[in-house]
Amino acid sequence: MRKLSLDNLNKFFAAVAESKTIYLPVDQKDGSAKYAKWAEGTEWSNALNTVRSPKDLFFPQTEDLMEFKTEGKNIEIIDIRKESEDFVIFGVRACDVKSFEVLDRVFLSEPVDSFYASRREHAIIVALACTRPSETCFCTTFGIDATEPAGDVSAWKTDSALYLKANTEKGEAFLKSIEALTEDADTAEVDAQKTKTAEIMKKLPLADLTTDAFGGGKTEELWNNPVWDEMSQTCLGCGTCTFVCPTCQCYDIKDFNTGNGVIRYRCWDSCMYSEFTRMAHGNNRLSQKERFRQRFMHKLVYYPENNEGLFSCVGCGRCLAKCPISMNIVKVMKKIGGDK
Amino acid sequence: MNMREETLIPKVGVITDVRIDTPDIKTFRVVTPDGKKAFDHRPGQCAMLSIPGVGEAMFSITSSPTNTEYMEFSIKKCGCVTEWLHQAEVGQQLTIRGPYGNPFPVDDVFAGKNMLFIAGGVGLAPLRSVINYCRHYRDRYGDIDIVYGSRSKDDLLDYKEIIDEWANDAGVNVHLTIDNPQQGWDGHVGFVPNYVKELNFDTNKTAVLCGPPIMIKFTLEGLCALGFDKTQIYTTLELRMKCGVGKCGRCNVGSKYVCKDGPVFRCDELDELPSEY
Repeated sequence: MRKLSLDNLNKFFAAVAESKTIYLPVDQKDGSAKYAKWAEGTEWSNALNTVRSPKDLFFPQTEDLMEFKTEGKNIEIIDIRKESEDFVIFGVRACDVKSFEVLDRVFLSEPVDSFYASRREHAIIVALACTRPSETCFCTTFGIDATEPAGDVSAWKTDSALYLKANTEKGEAFLKSIEALTEDADTAEVDAQKTKTAEIMKKLPLADLTTDAFGGGKTEELWNNPVWDEMSQTCLGCGTCTFVCPTCQCYDIKDFNTGNGVIRYRCWDSCMYSEFTRMAHGNNRLSQKERFRQRFMHKLVYYPENNEGLFSCVGCGRCLAKCPISMNIVKVMKKIGGDK
Repeated sequence: MNMREETLIPKVGVITDVRIDTPDIKTFRVVTPDGKKAFDHRPGQCAMLSIPGVGEAMFSITSSPTNTEYMEFSIKKCGCVTEWLHQAEVGQQLTIRGPYGNPFPVDDVFAGKNMLFIAGGVGLAPLRSVINYCRHYRDRYGDIDIVYGSRSKDDLLDYKEIIDEWANDAGVNVHLTIDNPQQGWDGHVGFVPNYVKELNFDTNKTAVLCGPPIMIKFTLEGLCALGFDKTQIYTTLELRMKCGVGKCGRCNVGSKYVCKDGPVFRCDELDELPSEY
């Protein structure tokens, strides 16, 4: 394990930024935090997490896929892809690190999505252990250890230092590149922090939430549960939950006529929208009940069925904090799981 | 730029023939600008066609893979992309990518079987590929029965090919029907599901169904009433799709994606999926 004095933090960012763009949580005027590029003077946020997940950095909210030039009856397709440059995502929480694994299984399965893959291959993820989990946190439900985040490098921040441990070859090379700023350290301070955080985790209001009622093979059992009808009644279909969700990856592909050609782009879409499945001959999910059921069944049943039991929720709690009618996956899990 | 292949980036195709089949269905012949087939496919697979600036949509490839010169798409006018295509002329370029989805198991499960094809309306489009494949390799299959119905005589897709070619093949029996009586029509009148029951087929066949959801539902019930097992019946589904490779999330039904796990399903497999297709 290596140790970086917090006094050297800006030197560390500056040294890394010489060769790579660094994205890190930065406080916004409204008090929230979001991932932003580091530049001289940028302050690393103390917030527990960003409002939007870092999935934007691999799977942007909108991105151009290709361009077309048309002339009369003829079409020219222009491949506008550019290989990503190396970049660092700094301060990623354990839940969000896990979300990359969920996304990888979609975008990196054959046929590989080259847009996502290029960014993913060039990213170095520096994950940050949690010390002040919030009451909306439930990562432990999905077997995630917030005190021991994965990523290329795991980091622990204490009052005076940032402890760093490489988990991958990429991570080792990264630590090597900043070796001059760090020193060897024992794990005593980190271990103490982990124990303290683990105690807090145990007392969180959602600490007892389980996935027992869910998993692959439960479709038939859960399909006609009255919960879908009841709980979807208040759903506005606004899609906020899908947009802040680190694992939601449904997308739309659309064309934009620039007046001088056509740009085909993709953008995030949401299964909560009525348009999502609407076809010329009808819609296979007619009401919000079906769309509501789809979102939770996908995360808790269909996805694990196709991915060796891995759930498509990481317990980050963003949807709990942001849903305008306070509906969320925890309420669904509790209700179906038999809790009042 | 030397990047890996990207399935979302299509190829250019060109329309070399437009056949008016019915008042709202046209069949488009498509090749690459240098006159070749855009890619090989298997019967039942689909392709994404697009007109830049208008949109992209999934269509079943109606021509048989045994046609090595070009691909054909029978397209009903019903939305933005299809309306645009319907006013397109020969020489118009479009984009094409694929093939997508799983084909009908023509070389293993279907081999040696008596085949029963049942289609309604534009539902013949995906079946034409399999029918012509079976006709091409005629000795690999037993008897072939084709039940096809549409609203009227004018709405029967591929009518000329059915009458001039299919009906004349040895061991191929064509049973056409239209919904309502019509002048100049001396064939059967009535809905496809009822006609299938009237024809009282022997169950020693493998059935392939495609048509409007309501037709599939009642035909399936009819076949089961005749004693068919759902493991003998195949169909092909259609849901909204954007990527074609199981990533955009749109055609997800239960743990399956129609674009990559389908569109061809055996009817007993469909029973395991939630009824949301």
